[in-house]
Amino acid sequence: MFKKNLSALFAGLLFGIGLILSGMTNPAKVIGFLDIFGDWDPSLMFVMIGAIGVSFFAFRKASGLSLSLIKEQMQLPTARQIDLPLIIGAVLFGIGWGLVGLCPGPAIASIATGGFEVLLFVIAMLIGMAIYRLLKR
Amino acid sequence: MEDFTPIASLIGGILIGLSASMMILLNGRIAGVSGILGGIADAHKSDVPWRMAFLAGLVLSPFAYMLFSQPFAAKLAVPDLQIIIAGLLVGIGSRYGSGCTSGHGVCGIARMSRRSIIATAVFMAAGIATVYITHHMG
Repeated sequence: MFKKNLSALFAGLLFGIGLILSGMTNPAKVIGFLDIFGDWDPSLMFVMIGAIGVSFFAFRKASGLSLSLIKEQMQLPTARQIDLPLIIGAVLFGIGWGLVGLCPGPAIASIATGGFEVLLFVIAMLIGMAIYRLLKR
Repeated sequence: MEDFTPIASLIGGILIGLSASMMILLNGRIAGVSGILGGIADAHKSDVPWRMAFLAGLVLSPFAYMLFSQPFAAKLAVPDLQIIIAGLLVGIGSRYGSGCTSGHGVCGIARMSRRSIIATAVFMAAGIATVYITHHMG
């Protein structure tokens, strides 16, 4: 119990430092990355290359494990179907991401330093998640 | 294109990849931020503390970063109404589509999930279209 919380805390810290260092927490940089018909800044492609390049091996190793290295149940997603919720959800998410240049990880990593605007975004995001939960019932 | 930062972005990406690797190999979980956050309300009691711990790490990360580097703050230069609409869309969309840039874009692609590859292509396209409309039209 203690081990899994400590590792999650450390993973969250590492994740956030990675987001800040990479430029993902800079909305102007995100907009520059999505602006392929304008003054395109491809930097954030290197975030994906680095992140996927490293975790690819971890997931390959993980797929052969029945318990994690600290004896937790492995929980890999099992859904396979390409359905309408996946597509509609991704479209809505992409529009929101493009409107402001923030996605969930960078938004949370910016709560303490981003002032009123970031807080407003996070509150709206939480309300959005609550709305989804109500509609799902 | 004045601020191309391939090295910083690559190193940041590697740290994100190490974090996702830790989460799957040690905890057996996907490091998808929208899932970790949005799933708290429905999670089993024993799954709430590690979710909170991961989110606490994210919230504290700027302070850890500032121990080694320049102060950091995200700057949003759009009207409040646009921020609210964007936040609502990101919240609903990431839950309805079962993931965001971290869950689908990093972990999903890394485990070669066809669902995640398609979701990532779709939200990137929607983001590109949105930036085109808001920055190059009207």
